[in-house]
Amino acid sequence: MLEIKNLHASIDEKEILKGLNLSVKAGEVHAIMGPNGAGKSTLASVVAGKEDYEVTEGSIELEGENIDELGADERAHQGVFLSFQYPVEIPGVSVTNFIKTAINETRKARGLEDMPARDMLKKIKEKSELLEIDSKFLSRSLNEGFSGGEKKRNEIFQMAMLEPKVAILDETDSGLDIDALRIVANGVNKLKSEDNAVIVITHYQRLLDYIVPDFVHVLHDGKIVKSGTKELALELEEKGYDWIKAAL
Amino acid sequence: MELKEKLVSSFLAFESTVDTKSTVHDIRSQAIKDFEAFGFPTRRLEAWKYTSLNKILDNDFALFPKSSTALEYSQVKQYFIHDLDTYKIVFIDGVYSSHLSSTTHDKFDVCLMSSALTQNRFKAVIDVYYNKIAHQDGMVSLNTAYAKEGAFIYLPKNIASDKPIEVVHFSTGKEGGMLLQPRNLIVAEDNSEVSIIERHQSLSDSKTFTNSVTEIYAGANARVDYYKIQNDTSNATLIDNTFTEQHRSSVASVHTFSFGGEVTRNNLNFKQKGEGIDSILNGVTILEGKAHVDHNTLVEHTEPNCESHQDYKGIFDEHSTGVFNGKIIVEKIAQKTNAFQSNNNVLLSDRATVNSKPQLEIFADDVKCSHGCTIGQLDESALFYLKTRGIPEKEGKALLMYAFANNVLDSVKIPQLKNRINALIAEKLGVNIGFDL
Repeated sequence: MLEIKNLHASIDEKEILKGLNLSVKAGEVHAIMGPNGAGKSTLASVVAGKEDYEVTEGSIELEGENIDELGADERAHQGVFLSFQYPVEIPGVSVTNFIKTAINETRKARGLEDMPARDMLKKIKEKSELLEIDSKFLSRSLNEGFSGGEKKRNEIFQMAMLEPKVAILDETDSGLDIDALRIVANGVNKLKSEDNAVIVITHYQRLLDYIVPDFVHVLHDGKIVKSGTKELALELEEKGYDWIKAAL
Repeated sequence: MELKEKLVSSFLAFESTVDTKSTVHDIRSQAIKDFEAFGFPTRRLEAWKYTSLNKILDNDFALFPKSSTALEYSQVKQYFIHDLDTYKIVFIDGVYSSHLSSTTHDKFDVCLMSSALTQNRFKAVIDVYYNKIAHQDGMVSLNTAYAKEGAFIYLPKNIASDKPIEVVHFSTGKEGGMLLQPRNLIVAEDNSEVSIIERHQSLSDSKTFTNSVTEIYAGANARVDYYKIQNDTSNATLIDNTFTEQHRSSVASVHTFSFGGEVTRNNLNFKQKGEGIDSILNGVTILEGKAHVDHNTLVEHTEPNCESHQDYKGIFDEHSTGVFNGKIIVEKIAQKTNAFQSNNNVLLSDRATVNSKPQLEIFADDVKCSHGCTIGQLDESALFYLKTRGIPEKEGKALLMYAFANNVLDSVKIPQLKNRINALIAEKLGVNIGFDL
């Protein structure tokens, strides 16, 4: 579904990703772990299409189509979703109006009519219940004054509404208490299917108790240096990252 | 002939149309002398540093309409909040249109200044309030000299207006460029309540120069909400002089929605004369082309335990220019004053300009006063966030601008008006975001 080959990316002429390879198939969950500064958030931003980064070499393919020339909005239309580590606050736009705009812009790009209001309301109700989101919350300004947990639940709510092919969850567990973590993970698990894929970027093994990965990769200095199954995450939790660095 | 000379020399002709044996006319006679001394404001005056009237004053304006013009409601329906039941005071080229208006004298008065200035039954109110709140300067004394027509709204004690009042001025351009000088008086006595929506609209390409003076009196516990929709054509200039005097525990708000016009100047003065007063001054400015808007506000805190809130947001594209000059005076006796002022601007073009100048003169030592002004571009990280959700750049920018401006509308109390302003903002920003407006 998502094929990243020999990806090199830099910002302000500083190379962050240095030949990264990753192959994610439909129905899979991949976890990307690694120490601070390894390039985890950069990978998320580059795949989502942040223009501050320049791709100098390599390619990103979604279902066989090269997407690295596309803008972030076009990638979203193709089915890429990024759950932000720090979602942006937008006072003056309610969660509901925002998600309606996002859905209808995506439909427009795919040559579809606006979603009928009734279907939209039904979908919003269904997906907000999945994330245990109160209806009052939906009329609040997007992310403004939201707690850490509310912001992350709102991200996964948007994922549920937009139904992406590939969802990248960037440090979705940071700032969450155990109840919020359970709700968010439960939401992601329910959204997972044979037709989509999830990439979980995390520092800690904790989230992976709830969203169980098929593969775990260790990112270090802009490259994936070790891959394994979920047991690798436990080993990292126990030993830290130094043994991997030492093995290099 | 220069416009100033023309105005001074035309005063004699004007006198033949009014009752010269009245106190109101004594006020006019003094005012024309004052105008002769002041003249039109120039950029040499500190308060007019960034706004020049020179180009406007070069035009030849008709001072009095030769004949009255009729308009059908269907022709101008779009300029009213037509889904809202309102009283209406409507003028066409400065002449009252009874056909388009809907006034009342039941329990309170919504009628014409020309009636109030000439009829005996209004004399008591006119004697107490008329021309007592306005500060004289060039523009105000010019208006006072020619004051004859406008809106007169009087709410006696304990009366709340059962519906909002729309005051609408049309200019048709039938007689070429016109100088219009409406004079409004709004008196809301103790415990009364009223909302007013004002609009000036040109219906042609002719130049229109409006010099308006509004005096607002809010008695103890009164509530007055005044909304100004400034969305005129690029040939229309408006000098709006609004003076508000507030008494104990009253709330007065003025919202200014400036979306068009050639030059728009808002002189907005609030004087607080009692404790527990709240004054609210909010503005949304969205301009393009060569439009110019100058918000010049003054809030005078003269008693303890009062508040004032000023929130002005501006979006400027192309060659448009904006000015915010906000002055707050807190007198020594006015302890425990809470005075807030914020002015945030977004420049969408390299050629747009904003001059923002907060002025705080605080003589009391136990007060909370804050002011902040920003001039910047749209938040790139917010734009990226929107794009990752499938919202393209153009729509994303519009959404962010909409959100930025929309924030000020929280304090608009009339839902239909709020919807209308929302729709105007969306239209100005060239988006159909599919919101429930």
